[in-house]
Amino acid sequence: MPEGLPAGLAALSIRGLGMVFERGAASVEALAAVDLEVADREFVAIVGPSGCGKSTLLKLVAGLRRPTRGEIALYGRPVRGPRSDVGIVFQSPVLLPWRTVLDNVLLPADVLRLPRAEYRDRAAALLELVGLAGFERHYPQELSGGMQQRAAIARALVHDAPLLLMDEPFGALDAMTREQMNLELQRIWAAQRKTVMFITHSIPEAVFLADRVVVMSARPGRVLEVIDNPMPRLRTLDDTLKPEFGELVRRVRLLLGGHGVAL
Amino acid sequence: MTAAARRAALPLVVLALVLAGWEAVVRGFEIPGYLVPAPSAVLAAFFRGFAEANYLGHAAITAFQAVAGFLAGSALGIAIGVWVVVFPTAERIVYPYVVALQTVPKVAVAPLIIVWFGFGIESKIVIVALVSLFPVLVNVIAGLKSVDQDRLDLMSALSASRWQVLRYLRLPNALPFVFAGLNTAIVFSVIGAIVGEFVGANRGVGFLIMQAHYALDIAGAFALFVVLSIMGVALHWSLQWVERRVVFWAKAEEHFRG
Repeated sequence: MPEGLPAGLAALSIRGLGMVFERGAASVEALAAVDLEVADREFVAIVGPSGCGKSTLLKLVAGLRRPTRGEIALYGRPVRGPRSDVGIVFQSPVLLPWRTVLDNVLLPADVLRLPRAEYRDRAAALLELVGLAGFERHYPQELSGGMQQRAAIARALVHDAPLLLMDEPFGALDAMTREQMNLELQRIWAAQRKTVMFITHSIPEAVFLADRVVVMSARPGRVLEVIDNPMPRLRTLDDTLKPEFGELVRRVRLLLGGHGVAL
Repeated sequence: MTAAARRAALPLVVLALVLAGWEAVVRGFEIPGYLVPAPSAVLAAFFRGFAEANYLGHAAITAFQAVAGFLAGSALGIAIGVWVVVFPTAERIVYPYVVALQTVPKVAVAPLIIVWFGFGIESKIVIVALVSLFPVLVNVIAGLKSVDQDRLDLMSALSASRWQVLRYLRLPNALPFVFAGLNTAIVFSVIGAIVGEFVGANRGVGFLIMQAHYALDIAGAFALFVVLSIMGVALHWSLQWVERRVVFWAKAEEHFRG
């Protein structure tokens, strides 16, 4: 799919996307006219205040909800419902406690009726990639929160979808584990050459991971500005101490109205 | 003595004290055996029953009826539960009648079932199946419906069909609930078998209890209560053993229901 993309065609194209939730008599406008293009193999992070509709945007792209207005296209084809060329990592790992770690990673293969024997090897390789080699036969509840989220990432990658949607995947982790996961995710992204749409509350996390940081407004959410991060890959934790990194973080923070207040 | 051994020993010590007190009161106040038998008399009746009155054979019949009825009722409860959740129209049509049926006391229906299915074990199995069905059915429906939205989103994102959602998500998700229902049903099943034997039988522990009452053999009746409680505890523990292996991911719930 990505190999066959015509030049200039975006992996993900969002035009005039709006979402209104009807709650009885009241209606809540979650998203107002969002426009965004994501290039193939690009890492885009989306930051915004709580309740700005970031998660709604991700669910719309995943085809889990229908937008009130606007168009979403993945690899040139409009999104009409859930699609198998998308892998999702949710806020919580959402692993099934009755399946082993390996079987959890193989869930997409089972549901999409892909040959299990073939995908077993792939799943095992992915578990090794996310640092869970040797935990194939364990059950999710035997793993720490960070390890569970690694397994969830391996699951999102197993059917080799070109687009990876990540909804605050590291929000529940402690700061140290989170830094480690950011480094690992960058490594995985570089190894797998995926297009990533990554939603987060953390400005430094967004700047560290992304090629471009999309800053969204408070509800109703729209795109305030898109900030490029040209810092070379693979980035290290030392890069976060460089003045250019601090400058990018400061710009995002100003857009969000933080005025230099630590978030 | 380890902490675990001490925890296990405590109820036994209390039991021994209670029995000793009971024995002392019965002997001290010379209470007649046809009102309250002494524990020693119950114990004697218990061993005499197994030696002379074929308690083991009767207990085996009652246990077989309870287990067979429990299995049939549970299987039916699970099948109806799945059917009703997969086809919501079926729930609207069938469920009110199932609830209405449940409000009829099974004891009241038991004589009719004896008439329909005869004096033998078949009628008891039907009665037990009827009392076991409902707690399982209610829990199956609850379990199939109480699925996290996140997990449903995960399945939807993979374009899972209704059957795949049922197979990979709803059924395993319902298992802890199913076992909660089975734990209630297994207790009901012994009650159901005894009720059936009270109404009409010539074998089984319920039949023996009726005979003991007619003969004012109260020590014998108490001995049969002991047989019944051993049977109940054995069934409950067996089910717990199965539950721990099947629903290994859920915290074992040790408390008695029903």
